[in-house]
Amino acid sequence: MIRIRNVSHQIAGQTILQGVDLDIQQGGLTALVGPNGAGKSTLLSLLARLQTLQSGQIEINGQDLQQISHGDLAQMLAILPQVLTSTHRISVEDLVGFGRYPYSRGRLGPKDREIVAEVLESFELQEIKHRFLDTLSGGQRQRAYTAMAWAQDTEYLLLDEPLNNLDIAASRSLMSRLKSLAVQQGRTIVIVLHDINYAAGYADHIVAMKAGRVVTNGPPREVVSEAFLRSVFDTDARVIVANDRPLVVV
Amino acid sequence: MLRLRFLWLILALVVVSALFLTLGAKGSWSFTLWFRGQKLASLLLIGGAISTATILFQTITHNRILTPSIMGFDALFLLILTLMIFGMGAGGYAQVPKVTLFLINLVLLTLASVALFTLLLRDQRSDLMRMVLTGIILGVLFRSLVLFIQRLIDPSEFAVLQSASFARFNKADADLLLVSAVLVCLTWAAVWRMRHRLDVLALGEVLPVSLGADPRRGQLVVLMLISVLVSVSTALVGPVAFLGLLVSSLTYRVIPSWHHGHILPAAILIGGLTLVGGQLVLERVLHFETPLAVVVECLGGLVFLILILRKGST
Repeated sequence: MIRIRNVSHQIAGQTILQGVDLDIQQGGLTALVGPNGAGKSTLLSLLARLQTLQSGQIEINGQDLQQISHGDLAQMLAILPQVLTSTHRISVEDLVGFGRYPYSRGRLGPKDREIVAEVLESFELQEIKHRFLDTLSGGQRQRAYTAMAWAQDTEYLLLDEPLNNLDIAASRSLMSRLKSLAVQQGRTIVIVLHDINYAAGYADHIVAMKAGRVVTNGPPREVVSEAFLRSVFDTDARVIVANDRPLVVV
Repeated sequence: MLRLRFLWLILALVVVSALFLTLGAKGSWSFTLWFRGQKLASLLLIGGAISTATILFQTITHNRILTPSIMGFDALFLLILTLMIFGMGAGGYAQVPKVTLFLINLVLLTLASVALFTLLLRDQRSDLMRMVLTGIILGVLFRSLVLFIQRLIDPSEFAVLQSASFARFNKADADLLLVSAVLVCLTWAAVWRMRHRLDVLALGEVLPVSLGADPRRGQLVVLMLISVLVSVSTALVGPVAFLGLLVSSLTYRVIPSWHHGHILPAAILIGGLTLVGGQLVLERVLHFETPLAVVVECLGGLVFLILILRKGST
C-alpha cells in the first residue's frame, strides 16, 4: 500500500499540492483524474521520487520512501513519463530489455531474456520486436514503453497520461491489456487519465484531484456523477449507466 | 555488420599508424621511430581522450551537438592556467615541474567544472536549452577573462602563456605524455565499467530514475571523468573546439548502435584515425605547412553548422 500523508508541494512559489492525504490500495487500477493543473502529475512524480518531497510523508509498503535506495526502489516501483522521446535508434526488444536493468545492471541473463520474451508476447510486440522506435506509430511506441516498464516487474506501476496521442482503438486495447495483466499478476497500477470515461470504464478506483487537493476517492460507480462533474470539472454533463459503469455523455 | 566495421576501423588505424611511423623517413631508424613514436602516441591519446569526453558529455546532456569545449571546459582550463601564471609570475611558473603544474590544474578544473555544472544541472535539469546557452556564455566569459589577464601580465609571462594556449599537435612533453597516458587509461577503464549505466543515462531524465540509475550521481561521475580527459588533451595540445564534434558525429554514422560498449571504442578509434591520418596527409603527402588544428577545426566547424541547420529544418 502507498500511504501519502499531508504532502504539500510548491514550484516557483506556486502551490501545486496542499496537504494531500491518500491511501492507494494494493492491486488493481487506480485512476487519477482532475482538471488541468490539479497536481496529478506532480503527485505521481513525488511518488516516483522524480522531484524531492518538500513536506509531508510517503510510505510504500510501510517503508519511508525517502529511505529506500535507488536500486531497491526500482524493483518496487516503475514510472512512465508523459513525454517519451528517444535520441537513439533502439529496437523494441532492446527497449523492453532496459526494463530488466534494476536486476541485471545491463547484462541480461537467461531469466531476464525469458521475462522480456514473455512481456513482448503479452503486449503483442513479437512481430515488431526488431523494429526501431522511430519507425513505430504512436500507439505501438506507447505500447513498447509500457512493456518496458512492465518488464521491470515492480509491484507498483505509475503511468502519466499514457493515452495521450492514442486513437480510440489503441487506447482501448492498452487499457484492457493493463487491466487484465494487473488482475492476473496482482500488480498495482496508478494511472493519470484525462478522459473521465476511460477512468470510469476501466479503473477499480478513481481518485479525483482539484487545485492541489484530493476531493473524492472511491469506485467509479460511487464517484462519477453529475454533481461530481460540476464540482470538480466545472462542467454540466449528463451521466448515464452502461454495462454497470457510469458513462459521461460528452 | 558492426564487427566488420570495427575490423575495418582497426585495420585503417594500424595502416595509418604504420605509414605515419615510416613514410619518408631519412637517417637513423631508431631515432625516427622513437621521435615519431612519441608523436603518434600523443596523437592517439588526444584523439581518444577528446572523443571519449565528447561522447560522455553528449550522453549526459541527451544532445548530439554539444561538446565539452563548446560548453567552455577547455576555456576554463586555460583560465586556471592563466591565473596560475599570473599568480606565480613567469619565473616561478618555470621553476615548478610541468607535471606538478598539470596535476594542480587538473584538480582545480575538476572541482570548478563539477561545481559549475552541478549548479547548472541542478537548476535547469528540465531546461536543456537554457543550460546550453549558459554554458556557451560562460565559455565566452572564461575566454574574455583569459584575454583580459593577458593584457595585464608582462611580456615574458605572456610568451609562456601563449605557447601553452594554442593547439599544437607537434610537440608534447615526454613526462607529461606518460602521466597523461596513465590518466587517460584509468579514465577509460572507469568509463568501460559504467558503460551499461551510460546506456540507461542516455534514456532521458525520467527513465533512468525509474530504472534505479540515479542520474544525478551518474552525471557527477561522468563530469569528473570528462574533466580529466579535457585537462589531458588541453594540457598536451591546447584547445581544440570542434574535433570532438567531428569524431562523435562520424562515430554515430559508422556505428549505428546505442550500446556505449560499441560507441566508445569506435569513437576512440575514429578519434585516433582522424588525428593520425590528418597529420599524415598534411605533413607527408601534401607537405602543407598548415597546422592540423586549423584543418580539423575547419571540418569540425562545418559539421557543427550542418548539424545545427539540419536540426533547424526538421
